[in-house]
Amino acid sequence: MEPVTVPLEIERTEASEAAEAVPEPDVPWVTVVHNDPVNLMSYVTYVFQAYFGYPKDTAHRLMLDVHHKGRAIVSSGTREEMERDVQAMHGYGLWATLQQER
Amino acid sequence: MAAQFEPSPRVRGGAVIALDELEISILRSLTVQLLELIGPGDEPEADDDPLAELFADGPSEPPSDPALARLFPDAYTGPGERQDRAAREAGAEFRRFTETELRSRKRGDGLAVVHALDTLEPAEGSGAAVLTLAPAESRRWLGALNDLRLTIGARLEVDEDTDDLYRLPDSDPRKPLVMAYLWLGALQESLIETLLP
Repeated sequence: MEPVTVPLEIERTEASEAAEAVPEPDVPWVTVVHNDPVNLMSYVTYVFQAYFGYPKDTAHRLMLDVHHKGRAIVSSGTREEMERDVQAMHGYGLWATLQQER
Repeated sequence: MAAQFEPSPRVRGGAVIALDELEISILRSLTVQLLELIGPGDEPEADDDPLAELFADGPSEPPSDPALARLFPDAYTGPGERQDRAAREAGAEFRRFTETELRSRKRGDGLAVVHALDTLEPAEGSGAAVLTLAPAESRRWLGALNDLRLTIGARLEVDEDTDDLYRLPDSDPRKPLVMAYLWLGALQESLIETLLP
């Protein structure tokens, strides 16, 4: 999985904001984990291994992306799947959000 | 406060730690405070339908307390991100459907820690008690230790450049909480090592 940084702070007009309320069915959703100053690097790596089943190398690389870039995409799929992943991340105490990939 | 977890020689995948009376009392008191912060959630009255809690909607507004807000973050708007109307509505709906369950999981993790500590009886003389955790219990402890650090981190306003926090003079009122925060980090780190293959 290639780390992708998607800026969220995009100025939108009223019209495009309204259009966004109806998600495009073909565009996948992603789960983004955000950096925070409290969670241990070893813990974040552990969570990526334990929950997603990622091999240690992948989990470690994603953790470093979160740490250095401030955020990393950790999974993608349907909106329902991403809501499950985000809920699980919150259960572990990681700050995760979901968004539609653009 | 120096105790750390080690792999259990008796329980496969388990963890073991020797805690003295002071360590038990600090850990217990911090965890009880965490449980009080998390609160009972929207538990039904005794004569209500016991299933009601499972189907009850959670709140749609984020908590105003910064520590609680960190434990129950927004699902559609990350830290520092601008929130548009669609994200606000989706975040509120997500919270309504998930926060009750999340709250009850966090309560369960904290209660598991308190119950385990309450079984300990420090020995005469050495004053330490040995606690052994099976892997499932370790995972609950890991969750509770992380929630403790998140809430204390929010109270201490820990951010990326808070090195000053770790060099406080003994007279600083925040010092005891900083010491506890660092110890909890060491506990968590050592517990993770027992869980990784």
